[in-house]
Amino acid sequence: MSKNVYVFAEQRDGNIQKVAYELVGKARELADTLDEKVYAVLVGQGMDAQAGSLIAAGADGVVLVQDEMLAEYTTEAYTKAVVEVIREKGPEIFLIGATAIGRDLAPRVSARIHTGLTADCTGLAIDEASRNLLMTRPAFGGNIMATIVCEDHRPQMATVRPGVMKALAADSTRTGEVEELKVAFSAADMPVEVVEVIREERTSVDITEAKVLVSGGRGMSDAENFNALLDPLAEVLGGVVSGSRGAVDAGWIDHECQVGQTGKTVRPDLYLACGISGAIQHVAGMEGAEYIVAVDKNDGAPIFDIADLGVVGNVDTLLPKLTEAIKEYKEGK
Amino acid sequence: MYALLKPEHRLVRQLAREFAEKEVKPLAATLDEEERFPVETIPKLFKYGFFGAAYPESEGGEGGDSLAYVIALEEISKVCATTGVIYSVQAGLGMGLFAKYGTPEQKEKYQKGAFTDKLVCFALTEPGVGTDASNVQTVAVKDGDDYILNGTKMFITTAGQAEWYIIIAVTDRAKKNNGMTAFIVHKDAPGFSVGKHEKKMGIRGSATCELILKNVRVSKDDILGKEGQGLKMALASLDSGRMGIATQALGIAQGAIDETIRYVKERKQFGKRISQFQNTQFKLAELQTKVDAGRMLVWRCAMLKDAGLPYGKEAAMAKLYNSDVANLVTRECVQLSGGYGYTREYPMERMMRDAKITEIYEGTSEAQKMVISRAIGVK
Amino acid sequence: MKIVVCVKQVPDTTEVRLDPVTNTLIRDGVPSIINPDDKAGIEAALRIKEEVGGTVTIVSMGPPQADVALREALAMGADDAILISDRAFGGADTWATSSTIAAALKKLDYDLIITGRQAIDGDTAQVGPQIAEHLGIPQISYVEDIKVEDGTLLVKRKFEDRSHLLRAKLPCLLTCLSELNESRYMSIGGIFRAYKKDVQVWGLEDMKDTVDMANIGLKGSPTRVRKSFTKQAKGAGEKINVPEDEAVAIIVSRLAEKHLI
Repeated sequence: MSKNVYVFAEQRDGNIQKVAYELVGKARELADTLDEKVYAVLVGQGMDAQAGSLIAAGADGVVLVQDEMLAEYTTEAYTKAVVEVIREKGPEIFLIGATAIGRDLAPRVSARIHTGLTADCTGLAIDEASRNLLMTRPAFGGNIMATIVCEDHRPQMATVRPGVMKALAADSTRTGEVEELKVAFSAADMPVEVVEVIREERTSVDITEAKVLVSGGRGMSDAENFNALLDPLAEVLGGVVSGSRGAVDAGWIDHECQVGQTGKTVRPDLYLACGISGAIQHVAGMEGAEYIVAVDKNDGAPIFDIADLGVVGNVDTLLPKLTEAIKEYKEGK
Repeated sequence: MYALLKPEHRLVRQLAREFAEKEVKPLAATLDEEERFPVETIPKLFKYGFFGAAYPESEGGEGGDSLAYVIALEEISKVCATTGVIYSVQAGLGMGLFAKYGTPEQKEKYQKGAFTDKLVCFALTEPGVGTDASNVQTVAVKDGDDYILNGTKMFITTAGQAEWYIIIAVTDRAKKNNGMTAFIVHKDAPGFSVGKHEKKMGIRGSATCELILKNVRVSKDDILGKEGQGLKMALASLDSGRMGIATQALGIAQGAIDETIRYVKERKQFGKRISQFQNTQFKLAELQTKVDAGRMLVWRCAMLKDAGLPYGKEAAMAKLYNSDVANLVTRECVQLSGGYGYTREYPMERMMRDAKITEIYEGTSEAQKMVISRAIGVK
Repeated sequence: MKIVVCVKQVPDTTEVRLDPVTNTLIRDGVPSIINPDDKAGIEAALRIKEEVGGTVTIVSMGPPQADVALREALAMGADDAILISDRAFGGADTWATSSTIAAALKKLDYDLIITGRQAIDGDTAQVGPQIAEHLGIPQISYVEDIKVEDGTLLVKRKFEDRSHLLRAKLPCLLTCLSELNESRYMSIGGIFRAYKKDVQVWGLEDMKDTVDMANIGLKGSPTRVRKSFTKQAKGAGEKINVPEDEAVAIIVSRLAEKHLI
C-alpha cells in the first residue's frame, strides 16, 4: 500500500534549491488533506547538515542518498537513487521541481517504475471522492489548462513549475527524522562522463527571454533619467530593461531592446511600462505579457486600457520609491 | 484553392513563406530606404533552389514546374517587391533564354552557373527602344570569328550585379526585325561598363542601370540562338516575363491586404477596431476577391506553360489585370491605414510605390491590351 | 553513423487564438508544423551526417496527415522516413507514446537517436527521456552543442545556471533545444524529390514482435485527462490615481500576490 507525499529536494553545489521548499510547502497541504506524511528526498553528497532545513520547511522526514558520484547531477545515478527510494518507501505521491534537472530526471524515473508523470504542473489538489491527486497544467502554449489524474499507478508523479507554489515560513522548532538510504553505485551508473561543469554568468540580454521587463518610453524625459530610474528597478525585480520606439529613437536604449511593431514581441511574466503611452505599435509587442503594470502621468494614456494595474503618476518620483519598497519587501520576506 | 494543389506545391508555398518572413521581409524597408541591392539574400535564393524551380533536374534545375515558381514568387513579392523582380528576371528571362536557345556548351558554361550562383541580365531596352522594339541602335559588326559591339542599353534590371548580360544588337540592319542577334557578354569584358544607376519611385532596391558597350569583343560562340533571331527570342521570352511580373503584382497586392488586415484589427477609432466598421469589411472583401481572381489568371498561365501549351494571351491578361489590381489594392490599403499607412513605419506606402512599375515594365498595360485584342481577333 | 530523429507534427500554437465569445480554442486554419525543437534535431542530424557520413531516418508517430511533416524533413535532406500510425496507438499519454516509439526503434539499426526537448502543444519534455529508458540507453537532454570525436559524442547540456560538457558513447539519445542551431529550409528540389520517395507507414501489425499491447494507446496510458478548460480571460485592469506612497504600496502588494517578487 502506497503512502505519503515525497518531494525531490533538488540541490546544486550543495545548496538546496528554492523550488524544493516550495514543493515541501505544497506537499504539506496535500499530506494534511490525506492525513499522511511529507518526506523530502535529498540526493547528493555531504548534505547532512542541510537536511534540517527541509524539516523546518514542513517535511516530517528526510531521506538522504549520498555518494561521491552524486556530487554533480547525472541522469543515470540520480535516477537510480530516486528509483531506490520509491521502491523502498512506496510513496503515494512524488513531486519534482520542473527545473532542467527535474525535467531530465522525472521522465526517466517514471519510465523505469512504470507510472504516469504529469509535467510542469501549476496546480495540485486532492480529489475528495477518490483521494487521487488532481494535477493541473497549462498546454497549447498556455492557451488551455488540463487537469490530469493517474488512477491505477503509484506513485502519482508530477513535476511542478518553480515559483508557483508557496514555501511555508521556516519553523526551526519542527522536528523530524533524517534517514540515510544506502544505495550502491558503480561505474556502470555513469554511462555519460562529465568532462566539465561550466558555470555561467549571463551577459547577453535577450528581452524575449526575460521573465520580467522594465520598459521605458518617452515619458522618462532623458537618457540619464532612463538609466538611473529603470536599471535599479530592473535589478531589484531580477529583470531586464527594455524600451518603446520613442526611447530607442531618442537614443536612450539600444534597438535590440525595443518592444513593439518594429522591435520585438515579448511575453514576460511581468511587464512594467514606465512613461509609455501605449501606441498600438507598442501594445502589439507586449500585450501577451502575463501581468502588466503601467505608470504614466497621462490619465488618458491608452496603455491603461490593457494594463492589469494602471497607476497615474509621475515616473520621476514614483519609480525610486517603488524600487526601495520592493527592496524592503524582499528583505523582509 | 491551395487545398486543390498537389502537396508538393503546398510545401513549396510553406517554404517560400517561411523564407520570405525570415530572410526577405526584415530587409524590405532597408532596401527601399537605402536603395540597396539585396546582396545577402541572393545567395540564399540560389541555395534553396528558388531560381531553378521550374527547370528539370537533368539541366541542373530543381525538377519542379512553373506553378511552383509562381507560388514561390508570389510569397517573396508579398513581403518585398524588389526581391521579387530580381527573382523573376533571373528565373523567367535570362535562364529561360539559356534553357530554350542555349547550345550544350553554353548550357554547361552559363546555365549551370545561373542555377548555382550567377545572376543573368537581359538587355533590350535603349533610349529609343521601349514598347516599340524595332528601333535598336546597338550594333554588332563581324570581325573574323568575333563581333564588335557598340551602343547603350538602359533601364536594365540587375545590371551591375549580374555575371552575364544577354545583349540584343543589330547584326544586319537591312533585315530589320530579322537582323537582330542576342550576344552573351561577360561583366568583365573590355569596353563593357555599367552606367547611370536610375533613381526610382518603387522597387528601389533592384538595380536598374544603363549599360555602355564600347568596342566590346564577343566570340561567335557566345551568340545565343541563331544570328538574326534576337528580337524573335526577346519577344518570345516576354510571355514568361509577363507571367513573372503578373505574379509580382499579385504578391504586392496580397502583401498589402495582409498588412492592412493586421493593422485594422489593432487600430481603434471611435471605440471600435477599424475592422469592425462595415466600410473596412466591405472594402477588404472586394479587394481580396479581385486578388484571388488575379491569382487564378496567374495559375492558368503556369499550368498552360507546364503543359507545353501557348499562353501569350493569358500572360498578357494576367499581367494587365494583376498590375491594375495591385495599384488599386495598395492605394486602398494606404487609405484604410490612414495617417499611419502614409508613414514609412508601415509597409503599405512602399507597396503602393512598388505597384506602379508593374503596369509599365515587361510591356505596359496598353501593350498588353494590344496583345489581347489581337489574340481575340479585334484588329 | 546511423541517426534516427523523432519528430512530432504539432499545431502552430503561436497561431492558436481563443474565441472571445465561446472562450474555446480556434483550431480551424491553424497550420501544422514540425515541432520547433524537433526541427533543430533534424538539422543537428543532417550536420553530423555531413561531417562524418551516415544516414538520417525520420520517425514520427501520428495520424496519416503527419505524412507532410515527414516529407518536409525529407525535403530538408533526410534519407528516409517512417510514420508510426494506427488507431490502436491513439489517445496515448507520454508513457504509452514513448513505449510505442521505442517499440518501433527496436526494429531499427541506430547509433544515435535525436528528439526535440519538448513539443509546443504538450510542453512535457518527457517522451525523449522515456524512450531512452525503454531502450536502455543513456540520454542527454537540453543539448546546446554536439561534436563527434572518435566515435563518441562531446555534448554541451544547458541547465539554468550552468552547462555540462559531457562525453557519451554510442548508442545514446539526445534531446535538443531549438536554440541548438538555425535549421535549414527545405529546398524546392528537395520538396519534389521528397514526394518521389516512399514514406513507410508502420501499424500495430508491423510492430507486433516489439510492441507490448498493455503499454500502448489510451489503455496503456497511466494518466488521464480529467478535464480541460481555457484560462480565465484577462479581466479589465484596475486603474488607480492616488497619492504616490499609496500607489507604491498597491503595486508592491499586487506583485507579491502574483508571486512576481
